[in-house]
Amino acid sequence: MSTAKDRVPAGSGLNDDIGEKKRLELYRSQVRLREAEQRAFDLFLQNLVKGTSHLSLGQEAIAAGFAEAMVKGDLSFCTYRGHAHTLARGVPVEKVLGELMQRDNGLMRGKGGSMHLTSEEHGVMGSYAIIGAHLPIACGAAWRAQYRGDKDVSVCFFGDGTTNIGAFHEALNFAAVWKLPVVFVCENNLYMEYTPIKDVIPIPQPAADRASAYGLERILIDGNDADIVYRTAQKAFARARAGEGPSLIECLTYRHSGHSRADPAKYRPEGELEEWKKHDPVNVYRERLKQFGVKDDVIAEIDASVRKEVDDATEACKAAAPPSLDIIFTDVYADGGWAWRN
Amino acid sequence: MAEISYRDAVTRGIAQEMSRDPDVVFLGEDVAKPGGCFKATVGLYEQFGGVRVRDTPISEQAILGAAMGAAMTGLKPIAEIMFSDFIAVCFDYIANEFPKSRYMSNGQTKCPLVVRTANGAGSRFGAQHSQSVENWCMMIPGLKVVAPSSPIDVIGLMAAAVRDPDPVIFFEHKSLYNSKGEVPDGEIVDTLGTAKILRAGKDCTIVALALMVPRALEAAERLRIDYGIDCEVVDVRSLVPLDTKTILGSVAKTHRLFTVEENPRLCGWGAEIVSIVADEAFYDLDGPPVRITTPHIPLPAADIMEDIVLPTPQRIVDTIRRSLGS
Repeated sequence: MSTAKDRVPAGSGLNDDIGEKKRLELYRSQVRLREAEQRAFDLFLQNLVKGTSHLSLGQEAIAAGFAEAMVKGDLSFCTYRGHAHTLARGVPVEKVLGELMQRDNGLMRGKGGSMHLTSEEHGVMGSYAIIGAHLPIACGAAWRAQYRGDKDVSVCFFGDGTTNIGAFHEALNFAAVWKLPVVFVCENNLYMEYTPIKDVIPIPQPAADRASAYGLERILIDGNDADIVYRTAQKAFARARAGEGPSLIECLTYRHSGHSRADPAKYRPEGELEEWKKHDPVNVYRERLKQFGVKDDVIAEIDASVRKEVDDATEACKAAAPPSLDIIFTDVYADGGWAWRN
Repeated sequence: MAEISYRDAVTRGIAQEMSRDPDVVFLGEDVAKPGGCFKATVGLYEQFGGVRVRDTPISEQAILGAAMGAAMTGLKPIAEIMFSDFIAVCFDYIANEFPKSRYMSNGQTKCPLVVRTANGAGSRFGAQHSQSVENWCMMIPGLKVVAPSSPIDVIGLMAAAVRDPDPVIFFEHKSLYNSKGEVPDGEIVDTLGTAKILRAGKDCTIVALALMVPRALEAAERLRIDYGIDCEVVDVRSLVPLDTKTILGSVAKTHRLFTVEENPRLCGWGAEIVSIVADEAFYDLDGPPVRITTPHIPLPAADIMEDIVLPTPQRIVDTIRRSLGS
């Protein structure tokens, strides 16, 4: 059985380098992701979220920490487990839940679904449901930045299982050789889907232990501590913006839910989830705020306002119309239509 | 006006677009300093520099993924996949990523890029370096697919492909690189989705693509001389968008349809054309449409075997002559 205590690297987020304003934003973001994801799960059980759904419950510190370190113009490339990363860039909860519920108010009006959340205006350049596909795509966006002298960074999130697919290795090599401003973020939640990642790799850490093959620093961090994530992100972004090339960051974490849908995650040893919940990122961070003297009522106000946003979004989505059928045939091609012949 | 090779037309087409638009960049394996495996991009690195013309690792997924990311964020990449057979190792981008991103995002994203690749047989390279795989791409909604047969079309369709806002798969035929044709001076820009009637005729329509075009033209000439059969030859050029008007118009005139396809028979592009003609022009036909294709086999390497399996002018002549009862 894996516990956070024996898995996560030593180090503490306790340091006053992050000001209170940013800390409150990091907390708000994590609570918002937690509430929205928990709501998505509840709505799935009510058959109101259709199709599939891959939650980031327990992994919020990574999405929040990276997004809070990004600036406008930075680009996020996500996997199908992308609700949290999409929300963390500021996309309204209603837009995300609307897409999960396949309503007309959804982010893509029901044309993409939960696995393909995209919001260009927020820098969310897509959620990709083919494992590894987006790592080379993030390289391409970074290549454009390098070519034009733009200062944005492309940030690519993926799970531990992705480290075993070819596109991971192609992208890492490509990015390192071309010194691209791209940051690869591996969220190691210990399970590739249902199979423990340790059963399918010959090394202890799926991403960090491969970094040296691409001439990159070995970076392994506690992904359940938003301060550590935030600092690591800032450092990697500075390196990218300075033209010093990519970073590969492995964040240790644990997903509280199953892989997808209503997966009960029976493949996990008894007690493992409970052990990891002792290192729940939202609780870790709430305690952190208290350590820094943030008053309970400030925390309670954040919790309440987040809950209200999620509640309001839920009601708006329940009331929203289904997508209008005339969009079935739009946007296949750039002319807006689908004509393949004259 | 000058006579240039199909190979040099590739270089000229890319150079024309790179000169016009600084957003056009070019990447692939051995394309820059070495000038390409088929020497079809010689001089581009010298002319445009290593920032715009870049050699990549042997990483087809990285090449196409990078092209897509660059295209999504504002560049107009041209990516080379050295042999079209290698599309199989990066098919995710062609099948799942390029063509679906715009649709899935409800029109938020764009993917204006060109994948150019050496397609087709005739070099005795065997089953993994000789295939005609244009039909692999034709079946995917969201892609555009072109395959020029002459130097002037290479330049004009390359320009159209680069300027097109959608992802375009550009099939060059490796057995045509040495072929030559007259090309006017100055900028050449063609239109995707347009077939060309290369030879007018009244007795039958032959629809062909890429290397099969010169073979169809040769067969048409022999059919005229030896049998007095007057064939109309249509170069499809663009499989998506497909210029069905030109094809249907020709069939309405000649009342017979033959397709000449290098791809193996099952689900070849000609099957779709025959299906369209059967649906929409059945009563124009005086006889069954006939598909002349490579058989449904992997391609053999040896010259005498490869020569037999590809549609030859002789096979085209014999098939049409028998079908028309001459």
